[in-house]
Amino acid sequence: MRSSKPLGVAAMAAAAALTLTACGGGDSGGEGGGESTAGGSGESVRIGIKYDQPGLGYRDGDEYTGFDVDVAEYVAGELGYSEDQIEWVESPSANRENMLANDQVDMIFATYSITDARKETVDFAGPYFVAGQDLLVREDDSSIQGPEDLEGKNLCSVTGSTSAQKVKDDHPGANLVEQPGYADCLTALESGQVDAVTTDDIILAGLASTDANQGKFKVVGNTFSEERYGVGLPKGSDRCQAVNDAITKMIEEGAWEEAVTENTEGADYEYNRELNPPTPEPCA
Amino acid sequence: MSEYLNDFASLFDQYDVLGAFWVNIRLTFFAAIGSMLLGSLVALMRISPIASLRLAGTGYVNLFRNTPLTIILVFLVLGVWSQLGINLSEDFARNFFLYAVVGLSLYHAAFVCEAIRSGVNTVPVGQAEAARAIGLSFLPAARLIVFPQALRGAITPLGNTLIALTKNTTVAAAASVTEISALMKTMIEFRPDVIIAVFLTVALGFVLLVVPVGLLTTWASRKLAVKR
Repeated sequence: MRSSKPLGVAAMAAAAALTLTACGGGDSGGEGGGESTAGGSGESVRIGIKYDQPGLGYRDGDEYTGFDVDVAEYVAGELGYSEDQIEWVESPSANRENMLANDQVDMIFATYSITDARKETVDFAGPYFVAGQDLLVREDDSSIQGPEDLEGKNLCSVTGSTSAQKVKDDHPGANLVEQPGYADCLTALESGQVDAVTTDDIILAGLASTDANQGKFKVVGNTFSEERYGVGLPKGSDRCQAVNDAITKMIEEGAWEEAVTENTEGADYEYNRELNPPTPEPCA
Repeated sequence: MSEYLNDFASLFDQYDVLGAFWVNIRLTFFAAIGSMLLGSLVALMRISPIASLRLAGTGYVNLFRNTPLTIILVFLVLGVWSQLGINLSEDFARNFFLYAVVGLSLYHAAFVCEAIRSGVNTVPVGQAEAARAIGLSFLPAARLIVFPQALRGAITPLGNTLIALTKNTTVAAAASVTEISALMKTMIEFRPDVIIAVFLTVALGFVLLVVPVGLLTTWASRKLAVKR
């Protein structure tokens, strides 16, 4: 019995040491991986995207799909990076500024709206798309034609998102459910507990055009905000002009149009033609 | 630096930080009551002389103690509310608050039960035997003799459960309750310029909430423990 105590302490120490090294190993492994690709086939570029937004930035095994991904690949190509030199990095909304500031990514294409508050910490190129907040409703529901019909309706959006805040500010008569993700919202929309899901139109179109959801929902098509999706760059980056040139070229070549159409197929979605394709803002 | 402080101060004008913390405090309060009642009941089942009740109690504890809290809340909202269409309140926002209280209570009741059971273990068997010897049946013996002593011995683990509950109220964001962690997401979305200060504010808020609970339970466990 007596010897079990020191043994236990030793075991705990060993476990703690293992956990610590596991952490350290994970970190240095990640960086090492980045460096080895950089050394192996010339430079690589680390691009931050969303992994969970079908139609925009989506990871399916080793495949990355979506409009953000297509634009990122085009821009990276124009900057001189082949597709296998792109290192995709997941960048959730809350981490985007920090990932740029801490040099974890070189660029971010992740439905990243250009705002003044964000411009204080990061630089933006673009916009490469102007989205607008819109509503997704069940295919057979015609009672909601726009935000003015939301009074007394149940509405779902994502906790902490711009769209959720806008509904709270402008349409206090609507009952808002805030869920961790849009997939949760679609479940509630399908079962009828909420009448509409709200966020940017192209995100809604992406959600509605996945295989599982095709034919169940429709985008209302009456946008009530302007979200200018920009390319997030570290503060003081010298890439802004090159990225803008690439976006302009992509639009002129028609690859932009093709990317939008391909990624929203089956959602019965028309992007706002008054605002799109956008002209990139001059770099500061 | 003073500009940063000004930016930081404007955060409190823009967002109701204290109000969001107040939601966490209310969640803690109601879920503490709920989990205490349910947990005591389950503890009673686990020490009862009836085998099927003991089995049910053990089943409850193992099910809820080993299920992540987030999953319980997501199940309540997506499964019970969204799919089964059960509303706990006519008021839309209150409905989710109640779901969060239910989820937190269900989860923490398992821990309350185990805390009380550990308290029961501090009561010498002779106490229960003496209670039976003077003619008390199980429930009166538990209520009059065993539980009062057990609770006093269980103050420290119960305090730990209360601390865990306080912090776990942040999971209520998953049930669409606008408490501090949901507000934190909003603040990060709109005010990335003061992101570190946002984190520190929330962290400090919880320290201020939780430290008194720890001090109080330490004090109470010394003061109230049954001296043997």
